[in-house]
Amino acid sequence: MDDFLAARLQMAFSLGFHIVFACIGMVMPFFMTVAHFIWLKTKKAVYRDVTQAWSKGVAIFFATGAVSGTVLSFELGLLWPKFMEHAGPIFGMPFSLEGTAFFIEAIALGFYLYGWNKVNRWFHWATGVVVGVSGLVSGILVVAANSWMNSPSGFDYINGEYLNIDPIKAMFNEAWFSQSLHMCIAAFVSTGFAVAGVHALMILRGSNVPFHSKAFKIAAVFATVAACLQPISGDISAKDVAGRQPAKLAAMEAHFHTEKAAPLIIGGIPDTAAKEVKYAIKIPGLLSFMAHGDFNAEVTGLDKIPPQDQPPVSVTHYAFQIMVGLGMAMLGLAVLYFIALWKKKQWLDQKWLLMLFVVATPLGFLALEAGWTVTEVGRQPWIINGVMRTADAVTPMPGIRYSFYLFTAVYISLSVIVTFLLYRQIRMVGKLYDSGAQHQND
Amino acid sequence: MVYVVIAFLWTAILLYVLLGGADFGAGIIELFTSKPNRARARKTMYEAIGPIWEANHMWLIIAIVILFVGFPKIYTTVSVYLHIPLVCMLLGIIARGTAFVFRNYDAVKDNMQKVYTSIFIYSSLVTPFFLGIIAASSVSGQIDLQAGDFLSAYVWSWLSWFSVSVGLFTVSICGYLAAIFIIGQTDNEADRALFIRKAKRCVFVVMFAGALVFIAAYAEHIPLGEWIFGHPLGIVAITTASISLIIMWFTIEKDKPAVLRLLAGFQVTMILFAATYTHFPNIVLLKHGEELSLLAHQGQAKTIDSLAYALLIGSLFILPALFYLIYVFQKKKPGLTEH
Repeated sequence: MDDFLAARLQMAFSLGFHIVFACIGMVMPFFMTVAHFIWLKTKKAVYRDVTQAWSKGVAIFFATGAVSGTVLSFELGLLWPKFMEHAGPIFGMPFSLEGTAFFIEAIALGFYLYGWNKVNRWFHWATGVVVGVSGLVSGILVVAANSWMNSPSGFDYINGEYLNIDPIKAMFNEAWFSQSLHMCIAAFVSTGFAVAGVHALMILRGSNVPFHSKAFKIAAVFATVAACLQPISGDISAKDVAGRQPAKLAAMEAHFHTEKAAPLIIGGIPDTAAKEVKYAIKIPGLLSFMAHGDFNAEVTGLDKIPPQDQPPVSVTHYAFQIMVGLGMAMLGLAVLYFIALWKKKQWLDQKWLLMLFVVATPLGFLALEAGWTVTEVGRQPWIINGVMRTADAVTPMPGIRYSFYLFTAVYISLSVIVTFLLYRQIRMVGKLYDSGAQHQND
Repeated sequence: MVYVVIAFLWTAILLYVLLGGADFGAGIIELFTSKPNRARARKTMYEAIGPIWEANHMWLIIAIVILFVGFPKIYTTVSVYLHIPLVCMLLGIIARGTAFVFRNYDAVKDNMQKVYTSIFIYSSLVTPFFLGIIAASSVSGQIDLQAGDFLSAYVWSWLSWFSVSVGLFTVSICGYLAAIFIIGQTDNEADRALFIRKAKRCVFVVMFAGALVFIAAYAEHIPLGEWIFGHPLGIVAITTASISLIIMWFTIEKDKPAVLRLLAGFQVTMILFAATYTHFPNIVLLKHGEELSLLAHQGQAKTIDSLAYALLIGSLFILPALFYLIYVFQKKKPGLTEH
């Protein structure tokens, strides 16, 4: 494996690992504070149990997210020094603000985890809200920095020099809103379905049903509402990418030839040599409409992009198809759940609906990783879109593949341990929190 | 404005050394506590660092962000040439943070506790050791920008007796800070006596490791003595630190935790001051007499200004919240006294 590929893979693994923990760490506090709020209002002990159980999950995920985030702040320099040398001063603003948000989150989490019966109970609850809000703000800021790589602004690039730097303008680049919105909703979708799925499984197994039913409902409502909002945000993103990064859109859609009334290509196998997509479903005019709001608009194809500036088509296309397909599946489940809540209450007690949620447990995170692949691979060969190539940014140090093997081993073992810990937490629910089942109103 | 940013950078590093250091030290003390006392020591330390350990490590992130936003050339040079010790430190950070949380949040307390504990205590030792190596290599003139081969570019840039001895010194400082800090957290005489003994031993280890640093510097022709004693301010810093150590020796038995902590914090602040101010504004000294200066390598004015404002505004949020957190969880619990 060459060092450049190793560096890219190491970065991809680090981000792919971090993104899961960061999302859970920023969304779970919202679930937790909702349960906590109901406990404070109704005094039903089962909600306190749910709150405390979830807060342990938050602690595990936050710590893992925090250390993997610390590692990333170093990896940017360890792997991409030429990039950081120029980009640091331009896109650093969101990172310096994120430092504050993250710090506040860590402080609030200290209060929350250790504050039971030590601080005023509403202050205690409020620190939980602060954990969620500052986590969300951190997420938005970090994605704003990433969106600058897609949509560089706030500087003039003249003769290889980065002049007239304006960090504020760089932070509010054209892509920040669409990307942050899509990412935040994705965090709610993926965490919501993952949490709801785990509790659904426990209900089906008949263990601690009152506890898991309450937990399931809170997570499922968050997940399904977010799943319904995500297509709208996806549409904003698609139009944004079409305008700014036609090469990325062309790769996502495996759209080889520039044409008017371009069809939407669903599925299929892109053949980059023959410049066609085999076995795909094509819906005439829909791509033009989705990209530009007009069924006859011209959509730039890969033929307009010089070969050395084209992103890898197959990976981007497959990842995009996976993301959209899974998103649609979750949207369908969300619609079913809403019908059950409002019209067909009897569905809520039937096994098939819970089974569907169990099946959907990993879908959100798979879609999230696929979407992340689309935005990162789709930006290639650029690290700063149109300005600096990824290959020019990599560290001169040889032997990065060993570092890649090492970090991969670390991330895999951490994932195994966290899964093991969660398994033990869930299995122990009956012993740790039986107050809800036995004395419903103590 | 660049001086505001530099002040924040220095303060973040200092607070990381003090708070993060005491935090690492908790693991180091656990490692050097005999088996019968270990469970008790761990409980006292867990109560002390549990709520604030995450916040303690945020200072490292703040320092790194200041470096890569405000002084990117310095950040990238260090990242390239000190890649290996940085990776070792990062592995330590990952292992330590996760092992600490896993140990406390594993729902089943079985043999896995032993695994988490040994990961936690050894990574508590390894991480500050490599931090010390990184700090030492950045000023010892080992980094060679003209190096042609792998070893001289990426290994001899940090591997030397001087770096290793500074690594050991850093470890001993962490242990010392933790021991002093925890004396004030104990709720009974037996524990107090245990940690006072530990703190006293740490003083000897710190002095021994400090002597090693000077010997290694002498052997490798690093003018450490001149850096520290060549300037009146350096002599003042080291003298006051020594005096405060003597004061500490006589007050350690008295029940005055705040005084002890202030003295220990003061000593470490003076050590960091003496070690950094002679080079200012240079922060990295390279081979062939080159150097990286905070003033010469600062980012463009608008970057520095916005960074300074972000830090100032951020500290308005962070500092009150942090003080309140420490205040709430430092209150002694009178009901728990065992004697």
